[in-house]
Amino acid sequence: MRKQIVILGGGTGGTITANRLRKRFTADEADIHVIDRDDRHVYQPGLLFVPFGLASVDEIVRPRSRQFHSGIRFHKGDVESVDLESDRVRLFGGGILPYDVLVVASGARLLPEETEGMLGPGWGERVFTFYDTDGADGLRQALERFDGGRLVVDIADMPIKCPVAPIEFVFLADWFLRERGIRERSEIVLATPLDGCFTKPIASKHLTYLLDEKQIELETEFSAGEVDGVGGVLTSYDGRTVDFDLLVTVPLHGGAAFVGRSEGLGDALDFVQTDPHTLQAAVKPNVFALGDATDLPSSKAGSVTHFEGELLDRNIERFLRGQELEHRFDGHANCFVETGFKKALLIDFNYDTEPVTGRFPTALGPMPLLRESRLNHLGKLLFQWIYWHALLPGRDLPLVGPEMPTAGKHLEQVALGGSR
Amino acid sequence: MMLTVAVDQEGFLLDHTEWTRELAEEIARENGIETLTPRHWQVVEFMRDRFITTGNAPTIRALGKESGVPVKELYQLFPKGPAKLAAKIGGIPKPRGCI
Repeated sequence: MRKQIVILGGGTGGTITANRLRKRFTADEADIHVIDRDDRHVYQPGLLFVPFGLASVDEIVRPRSRQFHSGIRFHKGDVESVDLESDRVRLFGGGILPYDVLVVASGARLLPEETEGMLGPGWGERVFTFYDTDGADGLRQALERFDGGRLVVDIADMPIKCPVAPIEFVFLADWFLRERGIRERSEIVLATPLDGCFTKPIASKHLTYLLDEKQIELETEFSAGEVDGVGGVLTSYDGRTVDFDLLVTVPLHGGAAFVGRSEGLGDALDFVQTDPHTLQAAVKPNVFALGDATDLPSSKAGSVTHFEGELLDRNIERFLRGQELEHRFDGHANCFVETGFKKALLIDFNYDTEPVTGRFPTALGPMPLLRESRLNHLGKLLFQWIYWHALLPGRDLPLVGPEMPTAGKHLEQVALGGSR
Repeated sequence: MMLTVAVDQEGFLLDHTEWTRELAEEIARENGIETLTPRHWQVVEFMRDRFITTGNAPTIRALGKESGVPVKELYQLFPKGPAKLAAKIGGIPKPRGCI
């Protein structure tokens, strides 16, 4: 009997998984279905560049349907819920898809409405997010008009997609305002719920100079409770205020709404409770999840999703053959971090190992870790091509495997602290 | 007499299984909280439970939604930074970004 594999979400994780499964199973062995609400696949790392005119929305969006190998069935539809007892996906409008294996790859959802006043007067005028294409393009126009003043970047709360993106944004904003000659009459503030811009000891030691060099003001342990988009004031739950002329917000994130409508699938924020090493969902053995949709302590980032995708197809095959799952995923993440002026950092880490200095072996040669370089910036730019042409098709990338490599890393720096 | 426990450079426990309620009270006092009330314990216990079952320390918003203590009160109980301070008292790692 042909197995039915249903994948919810046609973004990074859903596309990689569908394409890898298609290579793993013949048409007689499995049907592979992918469901998404629309046919727009956004290269999300590109959103960071749109507000600064360094990329246009057109350049970072392609049809989802064109990214799949032949033999994959793409359905445009809005998932109402998953009936976990009868193994079926229900779509709004009445469609039903039964499955043998379900993969939740529906990513994270922006929830600006969860912060009081965020969507009130001022939204789209002096309050923006660059985490979607409309917001990023609106912010581009606002930055073109910006003539100095206080530019505040606020992270509502963790978890967020690409936790380094707000940091990259302030660095690029510094570059952008200097290029335009209005940096001296501007202030750039990063307001974060964390206790610093750099929260891991080795990164903090090596990167704190960037904040001084780029004159970024920090407001730490700041949890925004309210936005006044007319008066230009952001107020935290403990009554602290930050004034702004232009607010760039990273809104609260949650999982897909259908996760919340599917009893037992997700947590209170609608993220799917997932085994950190096998990617099997806690709710039932025939459900798996990857990418931003999970509740894992890994970063919500495309690289993490990609590494998960290189392991998930194997575990789905093992599950269907009645074999034990591999406990292989280690939380590996690998990210370029733009620092402005055509330079970038590279970080490579996992659940257990924080980003360290050293060199990372790549096809372009060794790239410096946790240190600014032009090569890293070129790597970041080149990556978009790799994304569409190698990563989404499900090819194994040379030298960048799912498990974090230790070669080239200065691991001896990891300090243990002391005792009490 | 207190047993010695391993901590990181900021005083967060490296191994949450070494945590005790007495240690929690001691860390609280060092951070300006004289007495841990039942409301404090509700938050601390929720955080520990969540960390042990999911590997994630809950965020302010998750605490506000699920611990039964509203966000404003969290700030009264654990001044300045509830997520970080309650994590420290609860013997689990502080909330972190990627770098």
